[in-house]
Amino acid sequence: MSRSEQLSVAPEPLANTVGAEAEAAARQALRRQIAKLERELSQLVAEGFPDIPATCSGAHRRHGPRLLGLAELERERDALVASLGEVSGLAAARAERHRRGRELLAAMQLEPARYKFVRLRAVDVGEAGCGVWRVQPRLGLIGMLAGWWRVTLSSGCPLAKGRVRARPSLHRPASSYGRHLSRPGAARLLSVPRSAHRGRPHRGEHAHERAPLALGHRSDRLLLGHRDLR
Amino acid sequence: VSSIGEDPEQRLGAEASVGWCEPAIEDELPGLQIALSETRLPGRAVPSGPAPAAVRERLAALSNRFNGSKAINLRRESVPAAYRVFFRHIGLDPDVVRTPIEEAVLERMFDGAFLTRSLLADVLLIALLDTGVPVWALDADTLHGTPGIRMSRQGELGEQDEGGQLVIAAGDAAVWPLFTAPKAPHRPRNGSRRLLLYALQVNGVSWLAVEETLWICRSALEAVA
Repeated sequence: MSRSEQLSVAPEPLANTVGAEAEAAARQALRRQIAKLERELSQLVAEGFPDIPATCSGAHRRHGPRLLGLAELERERDALVASLGEVSGLAAARAERHRRGRELLAAMQLEPARYKFVRLRAVDVGEAGCGVWRVQPRLGLIGMLAGWWRVTLSSGCPLAKGRVRARPSLHRPASSYGRHLSRPGAARLLSVPRSAHRGRPHRGEHAHERAPLALGHRSDRLLLGHRDLR
Repeated sequence: VSSIGEDPEQRLGAEASVGWCEPAIEDELPGLQIALSETRLPGRAVPSGPAPAAVRERLAALSNRFNGSKAINLRRESVPAAYRVFFRHIGLDPDVVRTPIEEAVLERMFDGAFLTRSLLADVLLIALLDTGVPVWALDADTLHGTPGIRMSRQGELGEQDEGGQLVIAAGDAAVWPLFTAPKAPHRPRNGSRRLLLYALQVNGVSWLAVEETLWICRSALEAVA
């Protein structure tokens, strides 16, 4: 190979090296972007659940874990950006709904007589729990006729578990109980009958007679009822 | 942190050591490491046998700690978040292929509790729930060579496999994808006496958490007498 030929050939591998390094740097930059987007998305979903569902962000990919190339990382990043945009929209709508709820609550508290029998859920003003704000007459019918209106807040979620006699259908060993959740009507198994909350426990009602599963927390039930999670 | 050799006795005393990883993977996914720790089961312990009362009680206590709110907020915690990010980096959607901790917590939501399965499964689950770091166990006597991380070759994971998947490899024949349970000959059996525990560390997860998860498993298994 002549000297002129060597000169013309030599820069090519160098260009390849520089190109490979640049591409590796670009992949790392994309991974950092993906990490940032994923954290922002998780933050929004955690704050906004169940108004913001914890759904899949992209198409169902069938391949296993692998090193992604530049184009695949770009696609991943773009899918996350799209998801984040969608979720941000939902978060903004949720914030707007809470703002309107708080305004309504303030108005209800200022002039209850103008909002007779209006009900406002605590979750609609951005508060946790199952409470409901209601405009009710003081002293029932008398208050209604006299125009004595007031805003009350209900006591919130029903108790997670009570000293109740479980129905025969609830008497299952803990190990097999969860299997029934997938069956139709499983939701009914999760709710304790209303009558069960009434009164004190009868003689012979012992701890082992309680419902074996206590799923009283609202978020538990929301999670179980959320179809997107499975 | 120390690298370990082929000598099983060297692995046995060590708190936790690092397995090998292909350089190309190390360059692309800095922070990815396989941590190993070997333990010898006491005579009466059977990996697939029922868990003793202490383990079952610990599982029950953890069931009370993990509710729906915790399940949703899990993705904001540093260690589970690091695994979510890592899943994205390797082309898995964590909302489709769930990270081990999220999978376990979601199972608890559906089952109503962390259900006891077997001694080994329960111990691995407790370690996962305590630290967020997933851990698996191998029958150390069936392994030829130290486990590590590499890319699969064409057809290695089945006829449809085009190769290039990130796998755990221990010798030439033993290969399974990252974040999946080990394959049959290397899965601990009732007669297994020496177990090799391995955990996967990813970027954003401290070595302390990885060591902790291995220590929890080792101490729980060794305590069964």
